[in-house]
Amino acid sequence: MTDSTAGPRSGDSEHDGGPLPGQAAIGSAGTEPTEPRKRVIGTPPPAQARSMLGAPAPGTVGGPPVPRPRELPADPADLPSAKRAERVVAACFLIATVAGLGFIAAYVIFPVNTVLAVQHSNWALGLTMSLVFLALAIGATIWVRNLIPHVELTEARKPLRSSDQDREAFKESFEAGTDASQVVRRPLLRRTLIAASVPAALAPIMLLRDLGPLPGKSLDHTVWRKGLRLLNYGGNTPIRPGDFSSPGGMITVVPDGYQDDFNALAKAASIIIKFAPGQLDFTTANHPVPGKVVENWTVDNIVAYSKICTHVGCPAALYEQTTHHILCPCHQSTFDAVRGAKVIFGPATRALPQLPMTVNAQGYLVARHDFTEPVGPSFWERGSTS
Amino acid sequence: MSIDRALSGTGSWLDDRFRGAKGFRAVLRKLYPDHWTFLLGEVALYSFVILLLTGTFLALFFKPSMTEVVYHGVYTKLDGLKMSEAYASTLKISFDVRGGLLMRQIHHWAALLFVAAILAHMLRIFFTGAYRKPREVNWLIGLVLFTLALLEGLFGYSLPDDLLSGAGLRITQGVLQSIPVVGTYLSFFLFGGQYPGHSIIPRFYILHVLLIPGFFLALIGAHIFIMYHQKHTQMPSKGRTNTNVVGAPAWPYFAVKTTALFLFVFAATTLASTFVQINPIWIYGPYNPLAISAGSQPDFYVGFLEGSLRIMPAWQWVIFGHTFAFNVFIPALLPLGIIMTAAALWPFLEQWITGDRREHHINDRPRNAPTRTALGLAAVSFYGVLWAEGANDVIAQHFNISLFLVTWIARVAVFVVPVLAYIITKRICLGLQIKDLHLLEHGVETGIIRQLPSGEFIEETRPVSDEALAKLARPAPLPLPAGRADGEEEDVPPPGARRGVGRVKARLNKVLTESVPVNGHGANGQGDGHGPAEHGAGAEHVRAAIGSPEHEAQDADGHSGGQE
Amino acid sequence: MRTITVRRRHPAAGYAVVLLGLLLAGLGYAAVTGVGAAAAAAHSVSGGPLIAEGRSIFNQECSSCHGDFAQGTPTGPSLIGVGSASVDFQVGTGRMPAKELGAEQPRKPVTLHPQEIRALAAYIASLGGGPAIPTKAEVSTAGANPGLGQQLFVADCAQCHNFDGAGGALTQGKFAPALTKSTPRQIFEAMLTGPEAMPVFNNTTITPQQKRDIIAYITQTRTEPNPGGFSLGRIGPVTEGLVAFLGLLLFMVFAAMWITAKHGKAHD
Repeated sequence: MTDSTAGPRSGDSEHDGGPLPGQAAIGSAGTEPTEPRKRVIGTPPPAQARSMLGAPAPGTVGGPPVPRPRELPADPADLPSAKRAERVVAACFLIATVAGLGFIAAYVIFPVNTVLAVQHSNWALGLTMSLVFLALAIGATIWVRNLIPHVELTEARKPLRSSDQDREAFKESFEAGTDASQVVRRPLLRRTLIAASVPAALAPIMLLRDLGPLPGKSLDHTVWRKGLRLLNYGGNTPIRPGDFSSPGGMITVVPDGYQDDFNALAKAASIIIKFAPGQLDFTTANHPVPGKVVENWTVDNIVAYSKICTHVGCPAALYEQTTHHILCPCHQSTFDAVRGAKVIFGPATRALPQLPMTVNAQGYLVARHDFTEPVGPSFWERGSTS
Repeated sequence: MSIDRALSGTGSWLDDRFRGAKGFRAVLRKLYPDHWTFLLGEVALYSFVILLLTGTFLALFFKPSMTEVVYHGVYTKLDGLKMSEAYASTLKISFDVRGGLLMRQIHHWAALLFVAAILAHMLRIFFTGAYRKPREVNWLIGLVLFTLALLEGLFGYSLPDDLLSGAGLRITQGVLQSIPVVGTYLSFFLFGGQYPGHSIIPRFYILHVLLIPGFFLALIGAHIFIMYHQKHTQMPSKGRTNTNVVGAPAWPYFAVKTTALFLFVFAATTLASTFVQINPIWIYGPYNPLAISAGSQPDFYVGFLEGSLRIMPAWQWVIFGHTFAFNVFIPALLPLGIIMTAAALWPFLEQWITGDRREHHINDRPRNAPTRTALGLAAVSFYGVLWAEGANDVIAQHFNISLFLVTWIARVAVFVVPVLAYIITKRICLGLQIKDLHLLEHGVETGIIRQLPSGEFIEETRPVSDEALAKLARPAPLPLPAGRADGEEEDVPPPGARRGVGRVKARLNKVLTESVPVNGHGANGQGDGHGPAEHGAGAEHVRAAIGSPEHEAQDADGHSGGQE
Repeated sequence: MRTITVRRRHPAAGYAVVLLGLLLAGLGYAAVTGVGAAAAAAHSVSGGPLIAEGRSIFNQECSSCHGDFAQGTPTGPSLIGVGSASVDFQVGTGRMPAKELGAEQPRKPVTLHPQEIRALAAYIASLGGGPAIPTKAEVSTAGANPGLGQQLFVADCAQCHNFDGAGGALTQGKFAPALTKSTPRQIFEAMLTGPEAMPVFNNTTITPQQKRDIIAYITQTRTEPNPGGFSLGRIGPVTEGLVAFLGLLLFMVFAAMWITAKHGKAHD
């Protein structure tokens, strides 16, 4: 495409490797550019020389393009205050520079070999870094508020709805394409495609199957079994009733051999509580009775309950000696320890299961057998219990 | 000048390949309406950027593994103890890596600010009606972003495997387990078997650093692009109409302002991380399923779920050998479900009730939509009561109130407070509308008292300035449904509104659009921002003797209709 | 209603509303909280053999609630068999003599001199034995293992006292106190004697060495520096959330207001 505008400055011309601006001998449409002509100093440029009327006006044919009006004012309205603002902003940026260097220095200078050293390092690094950002932020804000001239421009909003023609055109193109693709015209294609995509969509879901094993019956049981000793958690020592003899005592117990097994502890952790004679509300049955403590499962007024709250599984360990309440600190489910840990407040719906205990030949507390009901939070497959 | 050189050098190199001049010029010249509330979404965005930056740093040091190791490090109190690698590596980041603690704290503070800013932004959008057409899709995207933010935070603070977040994990597992039919399967699949297992931390890690950030980037990109394409809304003010955009161009104004905001967000989170400790996992200790602390709460944005769990009375059904653990899955699903579903459906419900299907680009002042604002605050107070109940033991301890009493108060408050909030907010909005109308009708009091020849004293008023006029003037009411003349009382409703759904809709419309009428018309709070010309209010110099019968009568006249 | 409306622009109307609001808030708060402890008066007794001295102090300070022979009354439990450790704990932390009956006896300024407390403790011990005041060596944390202490603490103590020893809420208006002011001896005695609602952790349940490990954990935790900055009382996510809203978000709101503020204009 030939360039048809003349003039020393033509903003729309493509630089096609031809004559340089100001030397092009182009004055009218369609003329091929000739080789550059040398100009004698003093003579007017060729374009002007050709035109008898002088340079064409901007915006007309042959003239330069209309110079765009300046879009935004160059300077803020209040120049003296802008000068002040400039100094303030510069000061802010200088502070930021110093702070940035300070950060680098602090990183090198402050070690982290003790907790106290970490504290100092955190202060030093944090202060310098905050100062960098804060100073830059304040500087930038003052800059935009006081140094950049204010404008409020208006432009139109076009309705977002496309014009009817555009919509029609879209519809035509889309339908043409759909028609051409044959997917509507050939139902066999379409139906077999749909059929193929169904298993393909199911495949990723199938791949998730091995995320975990099926629950099976594993939630119904814990590792407690006949003869397994109760260990005092922490020291992990077995317990004689004679050692745990102060009424009002409570301690966390774990099954022997599982003290480091979190999967086991998450269900098997229990607490034992010592009562004075006559405090516990006994039943002589060998199975849980609502509101009662199974006497056969206690030893010397020591009763064992599951520590896993029946609400959502937090350890329900808070024991109040005076009221014999077991309180779970998560959602405040409260259980009455002398009445079979039945629920007296809070969202839990079931009592804490009682762990059946006895003593073994060496005199240590052991389990008689596993809990007779699933411990911990409720689940769908859990049937009725106490 | 060097700008010319840069543009003709690099600039034209790029333009030769991408034809960007026209497109980028439009980007530079795009106008951005200005109001401080429009910056809340940006605060959220920049918090997200900070999370990405600090998160990348943390990911270079964190080990997402539950393998047991023995700790030997700077934090000597726990020396020799067994703990998971995840916990040990977090201790290492905090104590053995220079700047590690700072980065960890910035990451966590930025996460809290992220969710707080999303909440503030979401409420701003709701109360100004910026979710209306054409922005319904963006509102829905925003709700998804909010939910993702909750999940991302939950997964993030659980990664160190400390006692506090581990307790939260146990609760999550218990809740999951309680879901009917599929609960146990979901729990076993998520945890790779029994709780706690060895898979949950690595799985949360990949969700937290890959999957959810991926969704975030895509959805935030869409959210911003839609806003860019549809152009931002603007606050009612002089010169702003529903068919224009008034503001300053992106280059340099918005570019500099948004950079300043980003720097402020970074400064704020860094300041917080320097001076205020957050999530001191070394105090909490490594997770152990048989240990728990009093005063265990999740991060604030999960607090209302925690409160729902605490507030719920013990309620379950056991039928035919199966347990419906209502006490667990109702609090887990119902409050969040109600709020999210209501929020998602709201723009469409409002459109259906009011019949308003126009484009809205001028924000409402919250007082001009009294019912909507009241409903919003009722929802906020519902959320707030549950959130406070999540901290019930901390409240009981520090304010010396019996523990169970706090829960009982919350159980009552969760029903009573939203109703009260609705009523009070509505009255306040209507009151503010009356105040605005008074200003429009009587003008601004100048404090100049004149005595008339008859002996009366009057206060001079001057008309409201143009700026304030544009703000105070009420948007034009919607055209009334066909079949009724303007101002006609509804003795005979139009055919569609006589029975069934139509009647319900008409009733809801009346409640939703209730507002103090302007100049005696039945006006509603919906509509686009037209200038004051239609109302003819406030332009004249109105003189009324204060305390005179005319003044009182004027008040009575102006406010007699439509006020309950 | 009309009288209120007519007087709505009275100069004192605003003050009246504020006063009414304060009154309602105060009444409401008083209705739901427990009442705090009363102050104690100083007291001094001197002389006499230890147990006799103890008995005389007991008769003056304690018998009105605990009975003339420490056998207990409806207002105070029997002290026979509680041991000198109990007395040293209860009186040494100021809990006893109790000034009023409440759900809980909180720590208060101590009203008896250490000599008097020893005398009282000796007297009570003479009535029926019970756990003895631990020796200095028994409560010394030299060589103790705070890591093991941490394990024991989170398993048996943190559910009431919080990981940091910040205390916690119990049922019916009771509280597990914060451990910030407890001396090693008081911690030992508390575990040993199980004061009020606290369970009893005798020396065969938690051995003296384990008790020392726990004491080391508590004392080290409460004195260790907070490397991340101000700890907000180590209360946890509740206070952190408050700071996020009232600190961070508010700061951002102010920053946003400043950035977008128009230059000074007259407003209506």
